[in-house]
Amino acid sequence: MEGSSESAVMAQTSEENPATASDEKQRDVALPKIRVRDLDFYYGARQALQGISLDVAANKVTALIGPSGCGKSTFLRTLNRMYETVRHARVEGEVLLDGENVLSADVSQLRRRVGMVFQKSNPFPKTIFDNVAYGPRINRNHAGKMTLAEVVEHSLKRAALWDEVKDSLHKSAYALSGGQQQRLCIARALAVDPEVLLLDEPCSALDPISTAKIEELLFALKDSCTLVIVTHNMQQAARVADMTGFFLLGRLIEFNRTEIMFKTPSKKETEDYITGRFG
Amino acid sequence: MNFRTLWRKAVNAVMLSLTGVCALVAVSVLLFILGYLVWNGGQYLTWTFLTHLPAPVGEKGGGMANAIVGSGKLLLIAALTGVPVGLLAGIYLSEFGGRTFPFLVRYTADLLNGVPSIVMGIFAYTVVVLPMGHFSALAGGLALGAMLIPIVVRSTEEFMRAVPKSLREGALALGASKWKSVATVVVPAAFQGIATGVLLSLARVAGETAPLLFTSFSNQYWSSGYSQPTASLPVMIYTYAISPYDDWHRQAWAAGFILLALVLAANVGARLILSRGIRVAQG
Repeated sequence: MEGSSESAVMAQTSEENPATASDEKQRDVALPKIRVRDLDFYYGARQALQGISLDVAANKVTALIGPSGCGKSTFLRTLNRMYETVRHARVEGEVLLDGENVLSADVSQLRRRVGMVFQKSNPFPKTIFDNVAYGPRINRNHAGKMTLAEVVEHSLKRAALWDEVKDSLHKSAYALSGGQQQRLCIARALAVDPEVLLLDEPCSALDPISTAKIEELLFALKDSCTLVIVTHNMQQAARVADMTGFFLLGRLIEFNRTEIMFKTPSKKETEDYITGRFG
Repeated sequence: MNFRTLWRKAVNAVMLSLTGVCALVAVSVLLFILGYLVWNGGQYLTWTFLTHLPAPVGEKGGGMANAIVGSGKLLLIAALTGVPVGLLAGIYLSEFGGRTFPFLVRYTADLLNGVPSIVMGIFAYTVVVLPMGHFSALAGGLALGAMLIPIVVRSTEEFMRAVPKSLREGALALGASKWKSVATVVVPAAFQGIATGVLLSLARVAGETAPLLFTSFSNQYWSSGYSQPTASLPVMIYTYAISPYDDWHRQAWAAGFILLALVLAANVGARLILSRGIRVAQG
């Protein structure tokens, strides 16, 4: 499993090599999906992020790694402004989604465009169908001409869960296993057809088989979605990500193509972390 | 075995049996009341009692149909006024509050919960009975409704708080507004608990006598609408129990039995709802 994923990453990146090999920093050629500049983040008086600047490329998987408490989840939560649920949280700097200012956008609109999957799967205490239908129902956007049932089916298929649940759509979501619940949450996020999907350590509570399924899923989703994944697991970043960013103590230490990050990191801190000398 | 060990064992045995005996006393008081009420009330409980108006003094028979219906009317008004206020205030405390204001509301609700029920009656008397110029079901219902509010507020808040934060975040992350996430995810998740709280609070005020004495007063006949003095089971029990007539005493027992049966049914119903809720939540 691991080997094949790895080679898939290689294949993906070698395809784009001709375009980027000439200049490693030539990332501004294609307009980034998300552009972050000089982002500072505060929980009250405590500064959690310092001067983060980073571009998230469209239809790529961007992984954020780093030790616990380094700010990578906080950073992820600025991209859809989920940090706002925390009292006294404050952001300074610039976050642009397709050139639009995220920090001043209408937050409901923003979150429809930028979906999120959480560390611990959080299905609603409703049926499987109602879980997936939740987003389309509250937003009343049945993606074009599709009926609600079609949206649910389509989303469950995209999340590779349809075959397992198609006969039990009207049973409680809690009857599913942990891995299925997490894929249900992915399906629920996909049902509003987001342009960006943020994943906050989506596999940290899952067994290796469920993890592999979700990683396969990420490859398939790349065509239609821009993915940003926070992970504790460096092998996972190496397997799934096109780009990887390393966070340490609230700073973005290094951000580059995944294979460069893992083979020839330019910063000593990155190398120390990746080779397991700390963290 | 030396003396110390024996002493310890003896203390242990004495204390253990003491707790057991006290537990037994606590339970037997309840069982005694229940048994006495069933014994005394049950034997006078007849179909006539449930379906007829009170008979004049000296005449045999008669019932408390008007008091049973009257209690129902009072509880209906109480539920219509107290439950919505309690529910929404509870939701506010759990979901929308800042720091200072919710603290005040919570504190006030606890105080209100401790206010003697007769004071609630005086309140309703001043606010409703005096302006209207006469006793009414409305006044009694409002007095009971005011008693419901603090109970419903606190139980709603507690059950809402027990809903995991991750569910709220899940809804918000899909573009739901705060209110939408509360109404479509948090309240349904807490629904069983909230319903239990409401049912228990209704059972609690159903037996209140003091707030009704000078609000809904009582009535030997049917009362139409909500602006007339209305009979209720607790007040009937009070009136009949302190009367000098044996026949009325027996009827008071029967009324007590019915009231107890209603409260018990509400309690059992609440437990059933709650246990079903937990099963669903655990999958």
